[in-house]
Amino acid sequence: MKKLKLVMVGNGMAGVRTLEELLRIAPDIYDITVFGAEPYANYNRILLSPVLAGEQTIQDIMLNDVDWYAQNNITLHLGKKITKIDRARRMVVAEDGTVAEYDRLLLATGSTPFMLPVPGRDLAGVISYRDIHDTNAMIAAAGKHSHAVVIGGGLLGLEAANGLKLRGMDVTVVHLPGWLMERQLDPVAGRMLQKSLEDRGLKFLLEKNTRELVGDENGHVQAIRFTDGLEVPAQLVVMAVGIRPNTALAEASGIHCNRGIVVNDTMQTYDPRIYAVGECVNHRGTAYGLVAPLFEMAKVAANHLASFGIGRYQGSVTSTKLKVTGIDLFSAGEFMGGEGTEEIVLSDPLGGVYKKLVIKDDKLVGACLYGDTVDGSWYFRLLREGKDIGEIRDSLMFGEANTGRPGDTGHEGYTLAAAMPDSAEVCGCNGVCKGVIVSAIKEKGLFTLEDVRKHTKASASCGSCTGLVEQIIMFTAGGDYSAAAKAKPMCGCTDHTHQEARDAIRQNKLLTVADVMRFMEWRTPNGCASCRPAINYYLISTWPHEAIDDPQSRFINERSHANIQKDGTYSVIPRMWGGETSAADLRRIADVVDKYAIPTVKVTGGQRIDLLGVKKEDLPAVWKDLGMPSGLAYAKGLRTVKTCVGSEWCRFGTQNSTLLGQQMEKALARMYSPHKVKIAVSGCPRNCAESGIKDVGVIGVDSGWEIYVGGNGGIKTEVAHFFVKLKTHEEVLEYAGAFLQLYREEGWYLERTVHYLARVGLDHVKKMVLEDHDGRRALYERLLFSLDGLPDPWHEFDRAQVDARQFTPLTV
Amino acid sequence: MSNQWKAVCNVADIPVLGARVVKRATQPDVAIFRNSEDAVFALLDRCPHRGGPLSQGIVFGERVACPLHNWSIELHSGCAVAPDEGCTQKFSVKVEDGQVYLDVAELNATVDEAA
Repeated sequence: MKKLKLVMVGNGMAGVRTLEELLRIAPDIYDITVFGAEPYANYNRILLSPVLAGEQTIQDIMLNDVDWYAQNNITLHLGKKITKIDRARRMVVAEDGTVAEYDRLLLATGSTPFMLPVPGRDLAGVISYRDIHDTNAMIAAAGKHSHAVVIGGGLLGLEAANGLKLRGMDVTVVHLPGWLMERQLDPVAGRMLQKSLEDRGLKFLLEKNTRELVGDENGHVQAIRFTDGLEVPAQLVVMAVGIRPNTALAEASGIHCNRGIVVNDTMQTYDPRIYAVGECVNHRGTAYGLVAPLFEMAKVAANHLASFGIGRYQGSVTSTKLKVTGIDLFSAGEFMGGEGTEEIVLSDPLGGVYKKLVIKDDKLVGACLYGDTVDGSWYFRLLREGKDIGEIRDSLMFGEANTGRPGDTGHEGYTLAAAMPDSAEVCGCNGVCKGVIVSAIKEKGLFTLEDVRKHTKASASCGSCTGLVEQIIMFTAGGDYSAAAKAKPMCGCTDHTHQEARDAIRQNKLLTVADVMRFMEWRTPNGCASCRPAINYYLISTWPHEAIDDPQSRFINERSHANIQKDGTYSVIPRMWGGETSAADLRRIADVVDKYAIPTVKVTGGQRIDLLGVKKEDLPAVWKDLGMPSGLAYAKGLRTVKTCVGSEWCRFGTQNSTLLGQQMEKALARMYSPHKVKIAVSGCPRNCAESGIKDVGVIGVDSGWEIYVGGNGGIKTEVAHFFVKLKTHEEVLEYAGAFLQLYREEGWYLERTVHYLARVGLDHVKKMVLEDHDGRRALYERLLFSLDGLPDPWHEFDRAQVDARQFTPLTV
Repeated sequence: MSNQWKAVCNVADIPVLGARVVKRATQPDVAIFRNSEDAVFALLDRCPHRGGPLSQGIVFGERVACPLHNWSIELHSGCAVAPDEGCTQKFSVKVEDGQVYLDVAELNATVDEAA
């Protein structure tokens, strides 16, 4: 097949990222030609400020060198500006006459700095701050001249001013609004920033309007004059008052533009052969200037260029951080507040710390941090995900480490990424140190959590270090770390969220995995290892006894009804109701261990016995010989009910905890749920069964039973919340059952009760289970209906859909 | 070298989007997979990462996810999906009249494990 021709105009970060994505998913469709107006290959524009400040070199910030284009057979024209698009003939023409034909055209022309229309703007020594050329001009000027004026006290202007100051110039920043960075900071934070920059020797002239730039006899700028008559010497004037999408070429070619090249959600312009990405576009009325949204666009554009036709870009939420070493500043969302919002403010001007959180309807909608930005990534996450913060409101200001949920494990208790040495382990599951993450981010040009997970495996297993990794990305990738996708899709197979899948299954009575994928237009033929198990769970929990369980959509443990071990053997854990056993059961277990030469026998934390190292072929016989029910120790479902001895024997016992535990375990024995469920029953407040860290914990007191929910003893140690106090065993079964059924119906797959509660709020659960008596009984009824007649997978292969073929290997 | 095809099972003996294990006399197991299009693939039953039994993984599209650490392995090549790196040995498969054949010569060939 003849290859199609793809031409890209503009050689910046967004465009090249689009090509990278395209080459990854469809390497052979196009012959690619790239035109770049600058004489350099692709570099990280965000890091020009550290270059100006002398902290990095141009070499350090190259992302793709010329060799990269050659290796990928891309024809690269550097230093050639395209002046014309001939849409009828489908070709572009460069300034020097070079012509290239296209089947698809990708515009990535970026933005141009806005130059104030004042007299003298054309004098020598008046420049903008946009590219390597400008940066070199500033470095050269700093070597020759003494006075610089930067017009514009925004992000870019301040970074320029800081760099010039570090290079020895006397720098004055001129700014029209009343405080610095007015688009990112509120007045208080803006003034604190000004103070600390003044301490570094920068000068500021606020609320000043430039009248003209005054030149000397050689046509070189020598001073700036304001409307109030003030004049300040300047041999270098940097205009940093803003950027405009660069649409000149598109407009001249008749492509619809409106403060940006207008694109739809597939990044297509009004000419269907022409796509556009990056700072030059206007998507749903917004032009973005930060890198993460541009990369999201790149992904979508690549998908459509590859003719996959399924991605959509739906806009981004962005955050800002200033790249001036030693100044910590972060803002996101509606940081200025406004109607219907409330603010929580912490202000310590002497200590140089200011934090403002803006809240609306119990959700964080904006944040502005100065001096201490450690929790920036956490606030940003709360903001993006629209989490209900009602319950952590009183401690929200004090950061993630102080919201009553300590206990992140596996990284030595570090919570501050900046304070970690490079050798410190960030991800305790995969053994990834901070240094490894930092160098991967720098060398491979990673900007998102997902990228870092893929390349380093950090935070890719248990996820407890996600906050730390996000902080590291923020500090390393320059400040432009931001994330798109307000609501996270289930996986790469779809743009739909877990909630949307749940809703579609319920509303349209979908009964099979294939139905769901067809109905929701999955972009892969049969999903992946991440979405299939989730959908299968949603089906069987939404339509019990109607939807048919699909074993091939279950993780191996739930398919073979045992736990796979690192060497491919399995472990077998039979039920021991409430942790109580008998001589007969123990004898049978001992006989099975001997007969099948099972290498290890271990007592579990859940008061059961684990037989480790069983060969897969032996599983059916082991189960049969044991003659005990499956303990479902492998399931996303009820694991075990841990009990203490209770009033039967214990001299302190107030209630018969063993009996209640056994009743609960019998009632819930074959229950599947979004994630594993652990229950404990203690017979007195000494709480020997550790009810405080279980999904449902029951504690006997003299007058009845206290129920706690949402505890967790794993990755995030979480103390369960008090839920309700009850009198009888029957009541405990009903209330605990109703809570679990609500979790089964509303929880997202692989969401533990602790995370479910954090998402929906304890109040919601209380309303549904405690306050609505009919609702509670209905929930409990639905639970009993779901569990009614469920087979034991160890002893009823047919009814439990266990494919017995898996236990018999083939031979040749 | 000519193929020495030997029937191992019917396509129907392999679950759709599933796998079966083929035992060899002395060498490690081979996994045969069947996808939703009824295409059959054969790979050494060892993930290039930590040796996990690929036959126990979830099959989707033309890939299988290793049950131990969720690496995705391409069924047609035996190689891990980037950015993970590594390949496991692949074996020739022939399907005729619903029968699955493997090449005995290939199955019996000794492979240098270190390679």
